[in-house]
Amino acid sequence: MREEWNGFNGGDWETSINVRDFIQQNYTPYDGDGSFLAGPTKATLDLWNMVSELKKQEIENGGVLDMDTNIISTITSHGAGYLDKDKEQIVGLQTDKPLKRALQPYGGIRIAMQACQKNGYEVDPGLVEFFTEHRKTHNAGVFDVYTPEMRKCRSSHIITGLPDGYGRGRIIGDYRRVALYGIDRLIDNKEYQKSSTRTTMRSDVIREREELSEQIKALSMLKKLGEIYGCDISKPAKTLKEATQWLYFAYLAAVKEQNGAAMSLGRTSTFLDIYAERDLKAGIITEQEAQEIIDHFIMKLRLVCFARTPDYNALFAGDPTWVTESIGGVGIDGRHLVTKMSFRYLNTLNNIGAAPEPNLTVLWSTQLPQAFKDFCAKISIVHHAVQYENDDLMRPLHGDDYGIACCVSSMRIGKEMQFFGARANLAKCLLYAINGGRDEITGEQVGPEYRAVEGEYLDYEDVMSKFKAMMTWLSKVYVNALNIIHYMHDKYSYERLQMALHDRQVKRWFATGIAGFSVVADSLSAIKYAKVKVVRNEKGIVTDYITEGDFPKFGNDDDRVDSIAKEVLHTFVKMLRQNSTYRDGVITTSILTITSNVSYGKNTGSTPDGRKYGEAFAPGANPMHGRDTNGAVASMASVAKIPFMDSQDGISNTFTIVPSALGKEEEEQRRNLVALLDGYTKKGGFHLNVNVFDRELLLDAQKHPEKYPQLTIRVSGYAVNFIKLTKEQQDEVISRTFHCCI
Amino acid sequence: MKGYIHSLESFGTVDGPGVRFVVFFQGCPMRCLYCHNPDSWAIHGGTEMEAQDILDKMLRNLPFYETGGITVTGGEPLLQLDFLIELFTLAKKKGIHTTLDTSGILFDKSSTERYDALMEVCDLVMLDIKHMDEQEHIHLTGSSNKHVFDFMEYLKQKKKSVWVRHVIVPNITYKQDQLKALGTYLKGFDNVERVEVLPYHTMGVVKYQALGDEYPLKDTPALTKEDAHKALEIINSTRFI
Repeated sequence: MREEWNGFNGGDWETSINVRDFIQQNYTPYDGDGSFLAGPTKATLDLWNMVSELKKQEIENGGVLDMDTNIISTITSHGAGYLDKDKEQIVGLQTDKPLKRALQPYGGIRIAMQACQKNGYEVDPGLVEFFTEHRKTHNAGVFDVYTPEMRKCRSSHIITGLPDGYGRGRIIGDYRRVALYGIDRLIDNKEYQKSSTRTTMRSDVIREREELSEQIKALSMLKKLGEIYGCDISKPAKTLKEATQWLYFAYLAAVKEQNGAAMSLGRTSTFLDIYAERDLKAGIITEQEAQEIIDHFIMKLRLVCFARTPDYNALFAGDPTWVTESIGGVGIDGRHLVTKMSFRYLNTLNNIGAAPEPNLTVLWSTQLPQAFKDFCAKISIVHHAVQYENDDLMRPLHGDDYGIACCVSSMRIGKEMQFFGARANLAKCLLYAINGGRDEITGEQVGPEYRAVEGEYLDYEDVMSKFKAMMTWLSKVYVNALNIIHYMHDKYSYERLQMALHDRQVKRWFATGIAGFSVVADSLSAIKYAKVKVVRNEKGIVTDYITEGDFPKFGNDDDRVDSIAKEVLHTFVKMLRQNSTYRDGVITTSILTITSNVSYGKNTGSTPDGRKYGEAFAPGANPMHGRDTNGAVASMASVAKIPFMDSQDGISNTFTIVPSALGKEEEEQRRNLVALLDGYTKKGGFHLNVNVFDRELLLDAQKHPEKYPQLTIRVSGYAVNFIKLTKEQQDEVISRTFHCCI
Repeated sequence: MKGYIHSLESFGTVDGPGVRFVVFFQGCPMRCLYCHNPDSWAIHGGTEMEAQDILDKMLRNLPFYETGGITVTGGEPLLQLDFLIELFTLAKKKGIHTTLDTSGILFDKSSTERYDALMEVCDLVMLDIKHMDEQEHIHLTGSSNKHVFDFMEYLKQKKKSVWVRHVIVPNITYKQDQLKALGTYLKGFDNVERVEVLPYHTMGVVKYQALGDEYPLKDTPALTKEDAHKALEIINSTRFI
């Protein structure tokens, strides 16, 4: 065994690249509570004060502190940068200065320029010319190929947020490999893969060889990045500090190369715990030092930032990066995967306060140790910065070494990746069905010219059959637009470093998404159970609805409407799956809106459920604001009915409760939150954002942002710094259902 | 049989142990000045529902209630005693923990047969003692507290677990002698597992407005958490001597 691995149990992982096996052979499950944890050191607090000050300046500056305008970001483009070199346990910045945003034009030069211009910077004209005239970008490629129909769908917002002008993200490199094996071994492995491709040069083989070459180059550059900071990462890490640093360099290289929408970290805590245990046993470090290393690592993750445009921010508010880290879960051998490091990661919220990033995600199972469950509940109640996802649902599909990319997208680390595909607006699709493909706002013929509804009142069977026809059309345009996008992204903005940290054979999930889920369910329910009268404008387009009588609403555990919701999802997914996909991606879908539920709502006319033109949708799979009136369990029970296999890319549910409604005493509140999470998990619920606060807190923060620099709330699959949201987005969050006691 | 139901709450955490399915019965014989649910007073209002249908709504989400159970509150649940017994009997058949939240005002010690039947299927009683002084009790609720004390005696005799609840209202129950009297009174009851003080709040005001009624305590301010805590200390000072 290599000397760096002294003290580890051997296994298959020594001879093949197999981090999961290393973890399984070596990790120590921890059943105890958080009493062993250490607080922050002085160095940690000093550094965090610096970061807080910088973040404050950033906000005062209008959201951006500094930007690169003439250095194209690559893994090795910048020299070393520090916060305070003497105090930092973990080093490395995206550029030469903290919070200076890098220039990343490969996704699209126009977008890079806009991002600069909107913040008062100009990209070097020479670079603009180069990327306009001489070197094509992803964005340019896509627009060369888009059909007129696709362009219309984009501008009418029936399909929105497509990653055609920004990095698609949602690819998780197995950053742990760098710590465990060192770069040299990984390069050898990729060289071997290249030497053993098929030899008849068809296009797929040519592509494979080119991609492997790019991957090898990226790994060599990563080694150089280590050298820039004085670290030799060609060999395996020897200590916890090295392992954390190596792993962070690998992640840092990824964010230096890619401005992806979600740049997630993976599932690293239990891996690093093995190093911590070895060092603690050998007396090399103390608990305090272990926590300090993790605090500094997390602090670096909180500094990750990208140059983005106002359009982008409208969809994905609060400057998110989705450095999602998946914690906990249970192994397929039945041992849970909670270690002391799982606690240390969550403890960073105590040590340096709440923050939206990294996006801490607990893989919840009813089989997690009780002490860990309690600890999570306590952290959620205090910091409302954690999300929960159902490990009992995902484990049968992905095993026990998967992670979450972005908000709710599950994939096996280093073995599966995703083609991210934003989302289709099904509420608008329903309106197109009613109006025969004409847009209810512009009047333009966007969809196919099918027969519009006739008469004064809507008939359920009639609308449903028209809706299904319109969904068939939409699914085809949507998947084909995505085919173009992913083809071009691979061609012009290939994620070579992240893919270098994947196996040779990678399964590709082809993700799609749905917006307006509960609006559609409630609208169809209104048509079926109440009487819905249409109001037409002078062009004969239905622009409003008068609903007579009551109808069952999604979010009350009422099968009459919940079954409609399920049917719509199942139908749409089936239609999506009937399309061919680029690189044989396997189609999945998610019910997740990020914060785009606000902008989707803005661009969608009145709907038969009584929602007016412009009003926000509910986020993700949430029931519409205030319509879930039978309490939290009934609300969750409705969402939990959505089958995971129909929405395998995630079903997002954001839950907000006032503290007093969770119980009287702190201990009761914790216990009840655990009971709620266990209950939701057993019912097959997929994801839960947990917010515990009063509406008054948000109203006060809206009025006095200076008092709440670190107020973090969960929105939809991620957390945001509340004060970074626009007024409009803040209002939407405030108008959501707050479960409270009467 | 059918009962008159005011409303259902699927996630109750303050009406008994753990996460609970809470059933609000319609109808109440009392007219407490501080009542925050005046819409639950009318005897034949609300929705008529079968006991089995109510329970089914809970059963379909049973995993949420493993630490808790079902709580019936109101209104005054004992107004629909037979219906209550049926609901709790069905719940007990499924092994569900049952809690009754009541004022005890309808208890009649000369005829306890139906209560004996209820006690067979009720695990916990949350008894709301409104005021220790009879005259004040009449002023506050419109009825004497004699039956409440009779019910307390009955529950003691039945060795039934009891949580006593007491709403602390400025100038009405937030008084030294009244609170001390309550503490002294409770000394004699080994079956009282917990005493909960509920700080008076003014959230009911809007309901009175909606019903077009004048709010009886419109000049009484809400009680602070700190004062509620003090009240509990006063009760305990005589209860645990």
